[in-house]
Amino acid sequence: MALSREQLAQRVAQELKDGYYVNLGIGIPTLVVNYIPEGMEVMLQSENGLLGMGPFPTEDEVDPDMINAGKQTVTAIDGASIFSSAESFAMIRGGHVDLTVLGAFEVDVNGNIASWMIPKKLIKGMGGAMDLVAGADNIIVTMTHCSKDGESKLLTECTLPLTGAGCIKKVVTDLAYIEISEGKFWLKERAPNVSVEEIIKLTAGELMVPDFVPEMQF
Amino acid sequence: MSGFNKVVSSYEEAMIGLSNNMTVLAGGFGLCGIPENLINQIKEMKVTGLTVVSNNCGVDGFGLGVLLEDRQIKKMIASYVGENKLFEDQLLSGELEVELTPQGTLAEKLRAGGAGIPGFYTATGYGTLVGEGKEVREFNGRKYILEQSITGDFAIAKAWKADRFGNLVFRHTAQNFNPLVATAGKITVVEVEEIVELGELEPSHIHTPGIYVDRVILGTFEKRIEQRTVR
Repeated sequence: MALSREQLAQRVAQELKDGYYVNLGIGIPTLVVNYIPEGMEVMLQSENGLLGMGPFPTEDEVDPDMINAGKQTVTAIDGASIFSSAESFAMIRGGHVDLTVLGAFEVDVNGNIASWMIPKKLIKGMGGAMDLVAGADNIIVTMTHCSKDGESKLLTECTLPLTGAGCIKKVVTDLAYIEISEGKFWLKERAPNVSVEEIIKLTAGELMVPDFVPEMQF
Repeated sequence: MSGFNKVVSSYEEAMIGLSNNMTVLAGGFGLCGIPENLINQIKEMKVTGLTVVSNNCGVDGFGLGVLLEDRQIKKMIASYVGENKLFEDQLLSGELEVELTPQGTLAEKLRAGGAGIPGFYTATGYGTLVGEGKEVREFNGRKYILEQSITGDFAIAKAWKADRFGNLVFRHTAQNFNPLVATAGKITVVEVEEIVELGELEPSHIHTPGIYVDRVILGTFEKRIEQRTVR
């Protein structure tokens, strides 16, 4: 069974460590916040200029001056700090954020990522995604393994315009946890009840498969 | 003589000197912390051919989106412009030129522009469309592209509090690009929710020192919310 969005987020959350500063992109990455292990302290960075993002506000707490990078109303935790966009991206570009989680359209065996533009369709812009992938050492891409048309999103070479070159080392899809190195995908874990054969079939780029591929644990 | 008194009493006065084909730097992220009344004043003035630098371009009928209604913007430099139907129409018809710029690069272009630094190298965008045609240089084994800074004829910003010297404090995440554009405008105009007496702002808590600010005007704000999300 392919993972649900929630399970994907749950698997990514296993990569969190106590004391991490984390930037979560829009979509599935945002759900990771629901699975931070009890007792672990993780500080969320929102690139519009907030370190220490809290939960969504209650109706009474809604404040138009307090939003996240997805332009949603949010709260700040006690101990949060707020700063300019330049300061925010100094943190990101300077490698001070411990983990970045973001979505993608395509990833390839050389760690290239395409996530912002589909030619001939509406181009909205890259927002902060190019800065995030260029600045972070530890990035996890979360996406479905295949497009809606069933095409693999793990390729030999990205076909869409890149967000960043050679910057992705970890991908969690609804079928597998895959690492990227030496110009290859390396299968590390499979989703519960998903066969290695199916993952091989649906991975277009070269995939290295060990003798034993453990199931993801939840 | 007005000395260091930056406070003006009308929006007309606040935007005196703005003319066709100028570059305007606008603070705000989405609709958060945008100088909504200064934008409306630009609309009233009917100036055209503007190059506008802002992270986003408002929405239909609010924020920078209103400047599209009479085609006042010739070129938009932004990181994300997806919230605006009129924008899309003018982009597709070729009436509007757009230079998409990564958000952190945009912020740094403004910061550097205001700080007198004409350009900088960044890894952001290397190997992508953003890097095409730009000088590449390697530092410590990694490749970086040269990005040029941005300054503007006018900067329009929104702050929470100001004093008459133009010292500014921003409220929550309405800070965003505002302190950056404030440093990078030849003429920087700031609209605020409150004008306080000198000395009321703790000197070490001031986000933007008044040296960057030319005009301050007291406004009232709608503060529209783009994505109202509650628990």
